[in-house]
Parts: sequence; structure tokens; C-alpha cells
Amino acid sequence: MIRLLTILWLAAASLPAGAALQVFATVPEWAALAREIGGDKVSVFTATTALQDPHRIEARPSLLAQARRAQLVVATGAELEAGWLPLVVRDSGNAAIQPGRPGYFEAARYVTLLDVPAVLDRTHGDVHAAGNPHIQLDPRNLFRIGEALAARLGELDPPNAKAYEAGYRAFAGRWQIAVARWEKEAAPLRGVPVLAHHDSFVYLAHWLGFKVSGTLEPKPGIEPTSGQLSGLVARQQNAPAKMVLRTAYQSDGPSQWIAGKTGIPAVMLPFTVGGTPEAGDLTGLFDDTIRRLLKGLS
Amino acid sequence: MLHKPFAVAALLAASCGAQAAGDADLAAIRAQIDEMKKTYEQRIAALEQRLAQAEADARARPAPVAPAVAPGGAPVAANPPTAAGGALAAASAFNPEVSLILQGQYAQMKNVPDRTITGFWPADGHADHGKGISTRGFSLNHTELIFSAGIDPYWRGQAVLAVQDEAVDVEEAWFQSLAIGHGVGLKGGRYRSGIGYLNEQHPHQWDFANAPLMYNALFGEEASYRQDGLQLKWLAPTPIFLEFGSEIGRGANFPGTDSNKNGAGAWALYAHLGDDLGVSNSWRAGVSYLKTTSGDREADFLDVNGLAAQGLFTGDTDTWLADFVWKWAPNGNPKYQNFKFQSEYFVRKDKGELTCTDEAGVGNACATPVTGDYDTRQRGWYAQGVFQFTPNWRAGLRYDQLDSGRQNLGVNAANLVVEDYRPKRATAMVDYSWSEFSRMRLQYAQDKSMAGITDNQWIVQYIMSLGAHGAHKF
Repeated sequence: MIRLLTILWLAAASLPAGAALQVFATVPEWAALAREIGGDKVSVFTATTALQDPHRIEARPSLLAQARRAQLVVATGAELEAGWLPLVVRDSGNAAIQPGRPGYFEAARYVTLLDVPAVLDRTHGDVHAAGNPHIQLDPRNLFRIGEALAARLGELDPPNAKAYEAGYRAFAGRWQIAVARWEKEAAPLRGVPVLAHHDSFVYLAHWLGFKVSGTLEPKPGIEPTSGQLSGLVARQQNAPAKMVLRTAYQSDGPSQWIAGKTGIPAVMLPFTVGGTPEAGDLTGLFDDTIRRLLKGLS
Repeated sequence: MLHKPFAVAALLAASCGAQAAGDADLAAIRAQIDEMKKTYEQRIAALEQRLAQAEADARARPAPVAPAVAPGGAPVAANPPTAAGGALAAASAFNPEVSLILQGQYAQMKNVPDRTITGFWPADGHADHGKGISTRGFSLNHTELIFSAGIDPYWRGQAVLAVQDEAVDVEEAWFQSLAIGHGVGLKGGRYRSGIGYLNEQHPHQWDFANAPLMYNALFGEEASYRQDGLQLKWLAPTPIFLEFGSEIGRGANFPGTDSNKNGAGAWALYAHLGDDLGVSNSWRAGVSYLKTTSGDREADFLDVNGLAAQGLFTGDTDTWLADFVWKWAPNGNPKYQNFKFQSEYFVRKDKGELTCTDEAGVGNACATPVTGDYDTRQRGWYAQGVFQFTPNWRAGLRYDQLDSGRQNLGVNAANLVVEDYRPKRATAMVDYSWSEFSRMRLQYAQDKSMAGITDNQWIVQYIMSLGAHGAHKF
């Protein structure tokens, strides 16, 4: 027993020396951003995949083991991870990643959140008090988040601070050009009314100027009901939506049902990095998202 | 309005391209940006003030107004959501997270006057007279009130109060370290012990309306070992989950007894191991040991002539537990479908002395108290599987079995009767959840935990969770 403990202690002591900064990203978009900025200076663990509902993750033992060894937790915040991350961070025995410490980074703090509820009441569904947390789908948000993340990486790893800053600048330069390109490509989407499974595309709509005219979920976090779906179909007569959107992790049943009844296309969007084979990185995420939206429109 | 802040970000980003401009140009652009930033920050501050004013006005009016439009486009300065809340909101923002669990049931089962588990020492000394989980008809379970919050950067605290008729039970009240680091976690106060798997879970987290028989046999109706003491855990810095825990405490609860002494009355050790298998499977396994001591632990017995007698146990109890949990969800997304298997096994040994008495003076075999050796070795297990087949519906099966094992009463074997028995129970349940916060459950069990009785039990149970609801453990 004592020998085993000694070996484990030695393993613990030898781990951080000379290794890359250990980053624990709650969702794939922040893992991708950390890689864009940190390059080979960071080693990134992604807690979830694009096929998992980020609201419904369990505090799995493997996540505790990874959080124990992390030097920086990059989370969305705005209560997106409220169901598992606080527990993982607390039980990790890792003082560096507790909220309020430099090792805990919340992206939502650096952007203006949309859909901040005026009334907090669960009869309105699983509402997020701070606002809609699906901020990654407005690529302009990534400037501020990326800048703050680069600064944070530099604070935690001063010898490489310059490299993080340069990494961010290079990313921002590329991103600037890409955003302009996407905005041009997506011009036909301006003003287009669409339906969405959940309030997942608020920021995307805000950026590209299309309108989410209804959600299949009657209330956030409540599964689509037949009443809600028939209501949306009936509304098609007066206010026709052009397509019905869902994320890679949401069941296709409800949006296919709407598509079958109304003839509008059901469009699955990657939502985050890895949601489709084409969305392999942040650029691919928006390339593929806009390609799919335009295909749905034609 | 939306395009201008974007222009700021564009300039900012453009200025980042190192080769884009000369030093003088850069300085000029930076100055310009700073100027714009200042202007915008002033405008944002003004807007925030107006927002705060509007919210204050709205509060004064009876009807809620439409949500305020967020000031500006996406890449403007961050404004924390609480900033506009005003002084009152800021003060109450420090209130702990509060949640309340409403739980109750309708039960239909046999009228058994003295419910117990045959062959096992009744945890509260006496048979359960139709209280708690075995109440027939409509009844409330515990109403649980939970408070938790960070205390300061170093500690976090939580209290769980179980409110019942004419009683408030302090189920848990503990502080937990946040800042020790090195994988070390320290907890102090009253807590559910980290032994086993189900032990730390509150009844509203159970997958069935009642606890496995083995938890009732081990720890009584509460189905959890709680104690006042200290818990020290260490999470190893390994790629797989490996955790060691130790506890020392008062040990006042069954299978120990309270004692007026210095030092600790009970201690526990445990280790947990867990990992993922691919993206769809995760598991955790553990072994635990609990040592408790008893001084005159009392229980009702029957003497050789069928008369009531009392037994007092003084000695040590060793409890070993092994637990295993496996969870599966397609692509690791439990929302639509998932499956959970869990199983636990225990062995418990009592070793010490038993005194047989006749407290009620019924003239039993122990009219003069008789003290003799007492040692037992008992075991049991359960296994259960719960399948969530749609976002709202789950169904589960559970099987319980215990073995009364060796019960050596020494000289008191001539005075007292103990039965050899293997209590069994099979349970099936189906539950429906409207959301994460409300659940209704129908459960059927064929209960053979008492020798000679087959009890077909039906339970309809509701679990409602109000307010802030914290994360649940794996």
C-alpha cells in the first residue's frame, strides 16, 4: 500500500514538469479556440462532444480525473454546465481551477448575452438566469473570448505569454477575413424566418440577421409536444418559416415531422466543432453551418 | 448601433496582424481604438443606468415588462448580469442556493404490525411500526430543505434539513475545502459517509421508491450511514479516476452506538476506481470498510418460549462493502436514452458480548441477565438496472437478497431464538419525468424480507424539486 502511494506521489510530482499547459475545455468550441491560440504550448482535454447535449452531462469519474490534473478550466458559463461542472471542479481537489482563481475561465463573461430573462420562474422552462449560453455561434464573440483566453493563458504560463498573444493575433487576423467572407456568403439569409428545436441558434440568427420565429420545445428544456408541433404547423399558413433547424445532438424526429407536414427542409447544423465531419475546426464549423443554411434556403 | 461595435472589433483584429502597418500607424490606430472604447464605455454605462432605472420602475408596477434589449451588438464590453441589478439585488445575490424537495407517496401493502428483516438485528432496536417508507395509504416522505454556498475562497458549506411532523432532522451539515489542492478534499461536520455507492445519495436521487434491503439491514430505515466527524479524500493524479477516502467520527448511528468518550467511535476507509470505455460507457467500482463500536446496543428478541426479551450487544462491528456502477448512453448523450446498472455487496461481522435481559418483567428465560459471547457474519447484495427509453420515461428492475449467515449466541443460544433466513425482494418500477425537476413513479415489489410473509407492495411516488438544484454525483 505504502509503495503504491509512493509511486503515485512520484507520478504526481513528475507530471507538470516541462509539459504543456493542461487545459480542460467543457465543450468542443473552447477546446478548438484554446488550440488555435495555444498551439503546441497547450494540451487540451475536451469534456464533451458535439453529439452530447451540453445541458445534460454527468459528472463522470473520468472528468474528475482530468479536472484533477488541469491547470485551466475553460467553460461557457451562464449556467450551461450547472448540472455537472461545479461538482467536478469542487471534488477535483484542485485548488487552481476553483471559480475566482485564474485557472477558471468562463467565456460568457466576455460577451453580451442575449435573451436575459426578465422573470426567473421555472414555469417558463429551464431558463438560464444570465441569458442564452449558446454564444459560440456568433463568430464575432470569439474575438473578445479569444483575447481574454490568450491573456489568461499568458497569466498562467508567463514564459509563453508572447506565444499566446501571437497565437491570438494570428487567429484574429484569419478570423477577421473569414467573418467578412461568411457575412457576404450568408447575405441571402437576412430576414429569413426559421424554426428551431431549442433556443440554440439565437446568436447565429442575431449575427446573420435571420429570424427564429418559433421553437419546437414548448419551453426551454421541455421536449417537443404534439400540441406545440401542430401549433407550429398551423402557423405556417400565415407566417411561413423557411426551414427547421436542429443541432447534431438533438433527436431528428420532431423536426422531420414538421418537415413532412409543411414541406420545408429540416436542417441539421453542427452547432459546435465535431457536429458534422466537415466541422473539424472553428473555421469548418462556420463554413459548414452557412453551407447547410444556404442549401436549406434553395 | 450593431455595426459600429463590430467595426471596433474589426479594427482591433486588423491591428493585430503584425505586418499590417508600421509602428506609427499602429500607435495611431491604438489611440483611435482607445478613444472609441472610452466613448462606447460611457454610452454603455449610460444605457446600464437607464436599464437599472427601467427595471426599478418595472418592479414598482404589478405586471412584468418585456425583457430589456441587450445594449449593443456582440463584441462590446462585457457587462456582468448582476451589474444592473441595483443594491438590493446585489445584497440578496449572496444568499445561499436554496432548494426544496417535495416527496410523497401512496402505498398499498400488507398490514404487518412489526415490520423487520428476519434474521437481522433491527437498526432502531425495535420493529418498525408502520412508519416511514412502510406507511400504508397516502403519506409524505421527508421534505428536504437544502442550503449551500461558497463560504469564502477556502471553504464551501451545505446543510440538508429533513422536515417531518414535529421534527426537523439535520440530515447533513458540513463544510468542504476548496483550496487545499494536490487532490486533497477535507470535509467536516455531519455528512453521509463516502462508503459504498448509494450511501451518499439522498432518497430523491434513488431510482426506486425505497432503498435496497441491504441498506436497511446495514443502517436502518434511513438507508445511509451518516456521522459527525471528518472526512479526508485524495484523488490520485492519474488518467483514470482513482480516489482514496478516510473518515473518523462519532459513530453514534447503527451499527454503532453513541458513547460518552474522547476520541473517535467509528472510522472508515474506501477506494474508488472509475473510467470511460469509449464515448458511450462509463463505470465506477469501489471497496469500503467501516469499523464501529457498540456499548449496550439494544434490540427486541424472543426467548425460547416465545416471550419478549431484550438483547444488549457490546463489541465491534466490521462492515465491508463492494460496489459497481456502469452507465451507458448512445454517444455519451443521456438525454434520449441511457442505461444504468448498479450492484453492491456487503459482509458484516459483529464480535463481542450479548446480554439477555427481561426489561418488561414478563418472566422470560433471562429473568436474571445472562451475558455470553456473540458473533455474527452476515451478507447480502442487490443488483438493479434502469433504462431510460425516451426523454421522459424510465423503467427499472431490482433484485435484493440477504443471508442471515452465522449467528453465534454463545450461552444465550439456550435462552434466545434467532432465525436462519434469506430475505428476498424483487422490484419493478416505471417513472415519468415532465422535466428534470418533476418525476412520478409507479413501483411494484414482491417482498419476502420477513419469514413466512409474501407482501405484494404497490407504491406511487412523486418527487418534485424546487429552486436551485445542484449537480448530482455520478
